Amino acid sequence: MSLEAKQLTFGYRRKGKEPVLEGIDLTLEPGERLGLAGPSGRGKTTLCKLLAGYERPDSGLVLVDGRPLKAYRGICPVQMIWQHPETAVDPLMKLGDTLKEGGPVEEGLLEALHIQPAWLERYPTELSGGELQRFCIARALRPGVRYLLCDEVSAMLDLITQAQIWTFLLDQAERRNLGLLIVSHNSPLMERLCTRVQTLA
Amino acid sequence: MQPILEVKDLSISFTQYGRGTKQVLLPVIQDLSLTIAPGQVVAVVGSSGSGKSLLAHGILGILPYNSHMAGEITFLGQPLTPQRAAAVRGKEIVLVPQGVTYLDPLMKVGPQIRKGRRDQAAKAASRAVLERYGLGTDTEERYPFELSGGMARRVLIATAAAATPKLVIADEPTPGLDARSAKRVLSHFRELADGGAGVLLITHDLELALTISHRVAVFYAGETVEEANAADFTAGKLRHPYTRALWNALPQNGFVPIPGAQPGPGQVGEGCPFAPRCPKGRPECLGPVPYRALDGGLVRCLYPEGGERP
Ligand code: SF4
Repeated sequence: MSLEAKQLTFGYRRKGKEPVLEGIDLTLEPGERLGLAGPSGRGKTTLCKLLAGYERPDSGLVLVDGRPLKAYRGICPVQMIWQHPETAVDPLMKLGDTLKEGGPVEEGLLEALHIQPAWLERYPTELSGGELQRFCIARALRPGVRYLLCDEVSAMLDLITQAQIWTFLLDQAERRNLGLLIVSHNSPLMERLCTRVQTLA
Repeated sequence: MQPILEVKDLSISFTQYGRGTKQVLLPVIQDLSLTIAPGQVVAVVGSSGSGKSLLAHGILGILPYNSHMAGEITFLGQPLTPQRAAAVRGKEIVLVPQGVTYLDPLMKVGPQIRKGRRDQAAKAASRAVLERYGLGTDTEERYPFELSGGMARRVLIATAAAATPKLVIADEPTPGLDARSAKRVLSHFRELADGGAGVLLITHDLELALTISHRVAVFYAGETVEEANAADFTAGKLRHPYTRALWNALPQNGFVPIPGAQPGPGQVGEGCPFAPRCPKGRPECLGPVPYRALDGGLVRCLYPEGGERP
């Protein structure tokens, strides 16, 4: 049981450019919190997109608990949470409808995330980044989800909201035995959160 | 020494249309005061979207038409009127903007720094300034999209420094940069201060702000709730309960979140805006709370923490 990347290679096809990722191997076990480190521009976000199925690798495989990622139907067991929540929701849809798109939301989840019922009637531009990020997390935490990819999810938030959101995510990960992949530029945060760190050189 | 910038009781609000044709006044910044001396970096730290960038726009005189500004801004001892702001903008007062979108995408870096001048002196100056910021001369020939995030930020600083300003305003200069690039970008602001300029650093990143700032003003719900020396943070000499909560929420300091959220513009009630989340709040906190001097800093709290260790 694990999320595995095997020899992933990917390049935004441009003439004469090196591939963004070449021969990447990675294993994320349930219950584990793996940090992904490395300077900007080394493809950390791209790797997350490949692992969540938003992009197809040029070569290599993504396996979820032994089966290829593309063999899964319905809600993807690997969910990604993005740095800029405002780009991850439909701007023309009320947030309550955005949430419903992925099926019913577990009871108690909205309360635990401090999402106020009135926000469900609002549009994305009417909420702050921290409020929107709470929606994106609620949307990602579906029953069948096994792995969460957290790409700089708190980089734009203030310190207190950051601590609130991570306290929540760590608690959920433990309860659901999720594997977390954590990308952050903030090394004290990585030290605090991760059980292991892999560097993309 | 004469301060470079003095802001006193600055308030900025917006006119919005409520239901029907009724106009409502939405206050975003209230009673903000701060002083920047030559050679000083003063940080204004507040969460994203809290309106703190408007401070920069207010000083530069580039607020949108439906805004109202009250209070006093003094630059080099003289009132900074809108006319004067327009005259010194881009010269004595420069803004290093948040987004690299401020660079002209269709113009190579060299001409942008030279602002259209083509003489040899301008070329030599732009080359020198690029070199100073660790950017090769080939950078001149590049277009903005060919730069990494860190390089683009340094180009923005180079463009600002080329004007030899007295006051540099940096608006969120580090998001998206890795720790090394962010530290490097910030160290350049410190260099500008070490050269005698005043630097106003507007940021959401307390930790990075502390690495280069002399003074830190903490912004909460439109107000500055505390102004402290950078050293007060590590010394545990913080005055306001919110500042202390921020400090304790750092991953390396306990990672403890207090409940609740910062109220947005228009959601602030009477009295202290932190009252709904404050463990020390009392009924008096719902009355007026003055901003007053305490122990080498300023605080807007009726029952501040008195210099004890956390
Ligand atoms: S004024 Fe009162 S409520 Fe506000 S921070 Fe101080 S003690 Fe807390």
